This record gives sequence, C-alpha cells and structure tokens, in this order.
Amino acid sequence: MGVSSKLGNLGIVTTTVEQAVNHARTGAMWPLLFGLACCAIEYMSSQASSYDLSRFGMELNRATPRQADLLIVSGRLTRKMAPVIRQLYDQMAEPKWVISMGDCASCGGVYNNYAIVQGVDEIIPVDVYIAGCPPRPEQLLHGILTLHEKVKSERIADWA
Amino acid sequence: MAVAEHPQSIEEQRRWEGDLDQLRGLVSERAITGETMLLNMGPHHPSTHGVLRLLLELDGEQIVSCLPDIGFLHTGIEKSIEDKSYEKALPLTDRMDYLSPMSNNMAYAAAVEKLLDLDVPERGQIIRVVCLELARCASHLVWLGTHAIDMGAMSVLLYAFRERERILGMFEMLSGQRMMSSYIRPGGVWRDVPDDFLPTIKQFLNDFPYKVDDYEALLTKNPIWKDRAQGVGVIEPDVALAYGMTGPALRGSGVNWDLRKAQPYSGYETYDFNVPLGEHGDVYDRYLIRIQEFRESMKILNQAVARLETVSGPFRSRNNKYCPPLRSELGQSMEAVIHHFKLWTYGYDAPDDEVYNAIESPRGEIGCYIHGTGANKPRRVHFKTPSFIHISALPVVSKGYLLADMVAIIGSVDIVLGDCDR
Repeated sequence: MGVSSKLGNLGIVTTTVEQAVNHARTGAMWPLLFGLACCAIEYMSSQASSYDLSRFGMELNRATPRQADLLIVSGRLTRKMAPVIRQLYDQMAEPKWVISMGDCASCGGVYNNYAIVQGVDEIIPVDVYIAGCPPRPEQLLHGILTLHEKVKSERIADWA
Repeated sequence: MAVAEHPQSIEEQRRWEGDLDQLRGLVSERAITGETMLLNMGPHHPSTHGVLRLLLELDGEQIVSCLPDIGFLHTGIEKSIEDKSYEKALPLTDRMDYLSPMSNNMAYAAAVEKLLDLDVPERGQIIRVVCLELARCASHLVWLGTHAIDMGAMSVLLYAFRERERILGMFEMLSGQRMMSSYIRPGGVWRDVPDDFLPTIKQFLNDFPYKVDDYEALLTKNPIWKDRAQGVGVIEPDVALAYGMTGPALRGSGVNWDLRKAQPYSGYETYDFNVPLGEHGDVYDRYLIRIQEFRESMKILNQAVARLETVSGPFRSRNNKYCPPLRSELGQSMEAVIHHFKLWTYGYDAPDDEVYNAIESPRGEIGCYIHGTGANKPRRVHFKTPSFIHISALPVVSKGYLLADMVAIIGSVDIVLGDCDR
C-alpha cells in the first residue's frame, strides 16, 4: 500500500479509501448459514478442519440474512424454494454478493425437469459461478478468491 | 442481467406462506384464537438439516403440535429416471440421500439385478460391503458433527469432518469423486480397487477406533450433553413400528430390526457383527447406537478387508449383455466393442415385471421399487426412503417437549431432506 513501507516507523499508512474499504470487505466477508442440498455438505467440509474457510475471514456464518454479506447458493433450487431464497436475498443488507455453487444452482445441472429452477440467476443476480457436482472444497475456495478479486476491483463510482 | 421483480407485495407473500384459515383442523382451535403461538421454523434454519419447514404450535415453550412442510427439495428424481436407461439413471440416485450415496447406488443396483436376475461375483460383493460400511461411517460422522453443533457442542464437527475427509479420500481413490461416486453399479462395481487403496484403508481402520474414543470423551459423559439428550424425544417401540421407522431411530427404541441381519444382502450373513439396541428410545440412546455402529462397522470392515486380500476374481458380472466389458478387452475383441457400444447407447431391455429391494442405509431402510416395461427404460421407479418416514413421525415424537428439544429430536432421527423429497 503506497509508501507505507518507508513510513512504517512513523506509524503512518497511506492508502486510498477504495483500497481500504475493499480490503475490509474481502477480509471479513460473512456468509449466510444456508444450505440447500449436496453442495451444502461440501460447503461444510470447506468450513471444517481440513480446508478451514476462516483463513479467509469467513469462519463466522450468520444464520440471519441481516448480518450476512455473502449468499452461497449451495445446491439445487426448487420452484418451491425459489421465493424463500429471493426473500433471503432481499433481506440481506448492501453490499451483498452471491456465489452460485455447483451445477444445479448455476444452470439446473442434470435436472432439466419440472421441479428445478434452471439456474439461480433467474431469481437473483450472481457474482461468481462454480462448476462441479458437487464442487470440491478447493473449487469453492477458488470461487471465493475470485469473488475477492472482483470486490477489490470495485471503484467508488460503483458504490453509489 | 434481468432480475425478477421484487415479489414482496402482501398478496404474493401470503400465496406461499398460507393463510390462518387454511390451518383450521391442522392446528388446535387455541391457535386460531391466538391463545397459543404459531412459530415458523425453516425452511431457512440452521438446525433443520436442510430445507425442512416446521410449523410449530407453542404453549409457552411447550410444543402443542408440529406440522412438517416438505417438498422444498423436491427434485423430480423418480420422474427423471423414467426417461433414462437403467445404467444412466444411476448417477441420479447418488443425489437423493447425499450423505450416503453408496447406499442409494446399492439399493438401486440391487433392485436392477433382481429385475434382470443378474449375479454379482464374490469380490464385487466384498467391495460393496467395504463401500457401504465406509459410507455408514461417513454419514454418521456428518450426523455426529451437526447434531453436536445443534446442541451447542461446537468442536465435535471439526473432529468428525477430519475423519470424514479421509473416507472421502478413499471414495475418490475408488471412483474419482469424493461424494457422488456412482461406484456401485448393476452387476458389481465400476472397477477394481486400486493398489494403494488397501494400505490406506488399513491405516484408517487402525486409527479410527481411537478417534471414536475421542468423540465419546467429548460427549458421552458430558453432563450438558446428557441433560439435553436423556429423556428427550422418547419414541415408544409401538409408535416407531406403527410409523414404519427403521434404522437407528427404531433400534434406539429397542426393536431388533436390521436388514443386514433380517434380510441379508451382498453377503452380510457371513460377517460377524452385532446390532446395537437402545432401551429408552430417547435422543441419548440413538446417539449411543450410532456411536456403537461405528465400532460394528469397523468389525465388518476389518473382516471385509481381510477377504479382499484373499478373494480374487471378477469385480463385476461378466455377463456382457448387462455389464460393460473390461477396458482392456476393447482393443482386442470385436465382440467387446459391440457390447460396449450397445450398452452405452441403447442400454439393455429389462423384463416387464416389478421388483422391490431394500437395504439398510445409515438412516434406515431404503427401498427401491422398479417396474420394467420390457424395453430399456423403466415405467416407474419409486424409492421408499427413511427420512420421509421419520419426518412424518416428528409430530408425535415432539409433542409435549420444549422448543429447544425440537432441534435435538430432528438431529437424533437423522433426516436428510434430499432423501425425503427426492
């Protein structure tokens, strides 16, 4: 960050508001404690000991959408569940992001039938899509880091 | 990207939340007048183990009645299978009970074998037993971690998932996928176990009993755990039988019914193991039973791994009308190429007949009913799943207990919504 290394001894860091805010947003992005189907189990694996999402400031899942920044749609979205997920998304406070985890959430996956919404992006806007049925925890981590890159590239003009 | 309109008008919300008048007859009159409180639990709730919605009627903290609302994960798997040939339908069955896909594969594959009158070679049966018992451990580990986290013991999940990763690693070694393995197929298994599988599973069998001791040290004598679990969610044996409950939820009430003993399949009758039974039928007994099932599974696995080393032979049926030929034959035999092509394009015809086959999954009896048509696609496939039955018993099991106990009860009957809704 700028000339911070030279001024380190003085306890002064120079940066831009954009960088500071985006650093904070990516450093502690709290996901909604929410799972739909099989992908939710891989999501739990990512939370647990071997993959440990807390390395990315995400160990704290919030069960209420009011306190969550990130909605990870993990699993197949049925027509009966669709209004629920839309309401959850609407209840989340800005700024908020959505990761569509797995094939079913991204495009309906193997279920091209009467019951499944063919992609969660028919209902809510999605930032990052992750392929896989279910995606490995490494793939989820990659998706989260991709989202971090996206958030870090946001400009003040976009925040309005 | 175009986003759907905000569906937040009062009328639109009522449409899926339902009206109080619709509940008349389902909840008591006291709820209609407002004397008792109606509380909506789920479908977004951390402790309903998925997308189960419960409408609870509460008198203070006491549960007066409970209305489960299912179908939030209805995927149309049974209908989709009608559209596919028998072999190609197998990956769909993985995704029903997503905590133990191997059991679903086994229920479906065994039903197809029954329909086709197809025999499985001995080595194939042994590999199946290894997979099924590993799946039982993996499923019980998820149950243990989430059940404990529901009841306030946060750290158990981290221990349980540590061991689960090792089992998933073994599944990946066998099938190339961690969870949705599609490894057990009609006629046997997809391929033989790889060379490094046996040392890995032996190492696991060596370590795992001590890990189970660790879980027990965290929970079994923990006074908070006992307070939350003992005397809660008691299921009387006759109630359990009347509702058709199976698996640990039934054995917790002391009823000795395990399909591995009662209707042995895949050579389970040749293994030496016990069926743990409970006495009180409460949440604590069901916990103890699953912990003991870890140890019984270890017993079976030890015997099966020993047999795997001595028994050689084909790992799937060599009847190439129904099972694909070995990969190595494809370069040499024209007949193998023809069979391979026929199997992966058209499939095979199954008789116009109906079969039902049930196996013991980690949750209970999972049964598969297939009605063939004489052609390469089934007329109807139905799965009888334990989670559906256990959810239907929730109202009678939870009556009179406190709201906080509901979470313990849901966890202890171990439901998976994918299994219930399919």
